[in-house]
Amino acid sequence: MTELTDLTIAEARDGLRGKSFTARELTQAHLDAIAAANAALNAYVLPTPERALEMAAASDARLGKGEGGSLEGIPLGIKDLFCTRDVRTTACSHILDGFTPPYESTVTANLWAEGAVMLGKLNNDEFAMGSSNETSFYGPVINPWRRSGSDAKLVPGGSSGGSSAAVAARLCMGATATDTGGSIRQPAAFTGTVGVKPTYGRCSRWGIVAFASSLDQAGPVARTVRDAAILLKAMASHDPKDTTSVDVAVPDFEAAVGKGVTGLTIGIPKEYRMPGMAPEIEALWQQGIAWLKDAGAKIKEVSLPHTKYALPSYYIVAPAEASSNLARYDGVRYGLREPGADVLSMYENTREAGFGAEVKRRILVGTYVLSAGYYDAYYLKAQKVRTLIKRDFDQAFEGVDAILTPTTPGPAFGLGEKSGDPVEMYLNDIFTVTVNMAGLPGISVPAGLSSEGTPLGLQLIGRAFDEETLFSAAQVIEHAAGPSAKPADWWSKAA
Amino acid sequence: MSVDRATVHRIARLARIAITDEEAARLETELSGILDWVAQLDELDTSAVEPMTRVAAVTMKKRKDEVTDGFCPDDIVKNAPKVDDHYFVVPKIVE
Repeated sequence: MTELTDLTIAEARDGLRGKSFTARELTQAHLDAIAAANAALNAYVLPTPERALEMAAASDARLGKGEGGSLEGIPLGIKDLFCTRDVRTTACSHILDGFTPPYESTVTANLWAEGAVMLGKLNNDEFAMGSSNETSFYGPVINPWRRSGSDAKLVPGGSSGGSSAAVAARLCMGATATDTGGSIRQPAAFTGTVGVKPTYGRCSRWGIVAFASSLDQAGPVARTVRDAAILLKAMASHDPKDTTSVDVAVPDFEAAVGKGVTGLTIGIPKEYRMPGMAPEIEALWQQGIAWLKDAGAKIKEVSLPHTKYALPSYYIVAPAEASSNLARYDGVRYGLREPGADVLSMYENTREAGFGAEVKRRILVGTYVLSAGYYDAYYLKAQKVRTLIKRDFDQAFEGVDAILTPTTPGPAFGLGEKSGDPVEMYLNDIFTVTVNMAGLPGISVPAGLSSEGTPLGLQLIGRAFDEETLFSAAQVIEHAAGPSAKPADWWSKAA
Repeated sequence: MSVDRATVHRIARLARIAITDEEAARLETELSGILDWVAQLDELDTSAVEPMTRVAAVTMKKRKDEVTDGFCPDDIVKNAPKVDDHYFVVPKIVE
């Protein structure tokens, strides 16, 4: 029998309903894997085994009566950005030390309502600010993948690095994640997993620690396109508690998986062919085009002329909104407090001690661009550039159903390799950030291995609220790429 | 350098983050690097472009103006570093 931790969500769902194993057995198998792996990978900042087994027992009771939701008994990992009732939630920041929410985020509440089991809280870049999971207060996550013939530690991508590493290493069947500039898709590409950033407004942001409110979206990381579709269906909802969540029907995304791409037109944006692009990324992209064409899609070149301005405008909008959102961490209502002679120095000392270097850098950039006299030159300008970026996509989607691009400019890099220069790190999001700026849905699907033997991903971008086409097209790539490779287990210690 | 040392200190004060002189020196370089890089947006003429305010053209829903949450002071002060009864306690503000 296949190891329980190797099953997909779809397979486990059938196994649970067919009584091949119990939810407790499935959960225990994952808890054992976490206990053996976490010292090496650091994917979980807080495993919650007791709660997991309680939830699994409740699932077994429901399954025994022939009841249960779409995720009944499925063990998941939860990014530490999602507030979980009575379970510590810190966004992996020192400033939220010990914060234990008395409420549950809407997305996780939706998952529990469908019967999912929480294995624990997953590591991420501090406040989701990073592309390598190296800014977490709890230390970096290590990618389960290594370069061929090397034991150098690689990053799992970020900010959802705990989610991507845990899914790739079989420490959960799927995970929640969030994506502000690429934080779901880039880590998915670096770990050979599937990551979906839904349309802005598809999932409620209520109860998710805010980074940049006009860009943040929750989505799943999973091992297959079908599993990602199953998870997104459960996560998405209209929520009166988030006025930006959109009141549209949530389709049965799983039904789109397997529909193929016959009759669809896939756009190839010429501006994504960057000067100095790695030949293997170009080759991967061409391979993806060929696979879609072979499956019956028409291919058409499209132009997104404002692509190069997406990243610089993102680095105005995101820090500006972050500086405003993170003003709430003042040492008064929750988290860390450092004493000071008066209230002002208490604020300043608390924020000095509580925030890491990257978070401070972004708060300061945001404060600068929003300070008196600069608003028009920076924030307003960047919001106008967003209109141009969105217009590019609107025009492209008049002639195509989805757009295919690489997810990242290269494969997973080594720990510490890019942490010297902030702008160099930001360039990792060059292919993903346009999607957030325009509010569109995007998916990253594993498409092959690099010359270093590590995963590479392709990204599909869709029309607003048309995740279904992305699931259909991504499954074609997944199928053509063949059974996805699994990283060799070097991380488990004997229990 | 688009940001000088005095500006770094002024911004840090506005952001309520205490910084040392060493950090200010590093931030002067880093913030200037980021702001010089985003300055490429000046190449674009946006005088006739409306700023994007929302992603999808939807009207914000309004609900009845009534209390839907609250009456949970224990929950509200539960995570506070310093509390007296149901009050948040801060250093003395008014002499």
